[in-house]
Amino acid sequence: MAHEAPFQLLHSELIHYICKTADGADSENGRSVTKLENMGFRVGQGLIERLTKDTARFKDELDVMKFICKDFWTCVFKKQIDNLRTNHQGIYVLQDNKFLLLSHMSAGKQYLEHAPKYLAFTCGLVRGALSNMGVKSIVTAEVSVMPACKFQVMIQKL
Amino acid sequence: MSRQSNRTTDSKKMNSELFTLTYGALVTQLCKDYENDEEVNKQLDKMVMVRLCFHSFPLLPRGYNIGVRLIEDFLARSSVGRCQDFRETADVIAKVAFKMYLGVTPSVTNWSPAGDEFSLILESNPLADFVELPDNHSTLVYSNLLCGALRGALEMVQMAVDVKFAQDTLRGDGVTEIRMKFIKRIEENLPAGDE
Repeated sequence: MAHEAPFQLLHSELIHYICKTADGADSENGRSVTKLENMGFRVGQGLIERLTKDTARFKDELDVMKFICKDFWTCVFKKQIDNLRTNHQGIYVLQDNKFLLLSHMSAGKQYLEHAPKYLAFTCGLVRGALSNMGVKSIVTAEVSVMPACKFQVMIQKL
Repeated sequence: MSRQSNRTTDSKKMNSELFTLTYGALVTQLCKDYENDEEVNKQLDKMVMVRLCFHSFPLLPRGYNIGVRLIEDFLARSSVGRCQDFRETADVIAKVAFKMYLGVTPSVTNWSPAGDEFSLILESNPLADFVELPDNHSTLVYSNLLCGALRGALEMVQMAVDVKFAQDTLRGDGVTEIRMKFIKRIEENLPAGDE
């Protein structure tokens, strides 16, 4: 049985490495977040390829998003997204009330300033997964109280 | 709703694939950041090295690395007690720890006569599941993270051990072999004035 502990530890080690090697002054935060996001993107692409290999074709965009919220999230984070909202114009908000990668950090506002680093990889994961399902998007995350967080997916119309 | 049924996937397997792919992304990034493989190997290993300083033990920063943290998780979950000798340690590593975290059980072989050295033979290496090494990375020890994790974890239970890859299927060997050599038992240093 493969365990989630190695992944969690690898993930925090990843952040540690990327943020430490970011060159000091020049807006290091932004750049390391981008790097993490890009790594997540690649991983998301790989994962979704393996995950969708036996699934039927998706009906529409909403169907794709549902797949992300249910199957993809369950595989990666052991639970479903708690709430999915959309304005039907290409913006989706995915809310996870107990996000795995934050749940061991704090249950409140402590360490809030570090949260973006811990979400960047996941934003990339989602963007990469969507991209390989033919949906181009921008994914951002926001946290107000840990360990809950919201991912906003903006679909880029072609 | 009828489609829902055929969408079942093996989440345990997926999780290990997530780990494999994430690890791959990390190695790729390291290869971009560093010119030569030697340096990448070192970084992978270091990622899990212990910043060991018994005196400030309770004050160690939040950034514990993988081996150090994993041993805690492991001891808490597995109810394994203190090992009596190195042979028992080898068994626990192969049969309990590897099985729990990587889902494989390596075989323990090639004991040195003194019983202070052995090899773990991995039939398959989950870290390297989808990996092919390009020609220009012939000296990269792809899964070097494992060595650091083993060393870091064992240091936390007072064992100084030398760990390295002796063979690697990624580099054309028949099997993947991790060689472990017991160096010494680490004495517990109590902080001054705390008897």
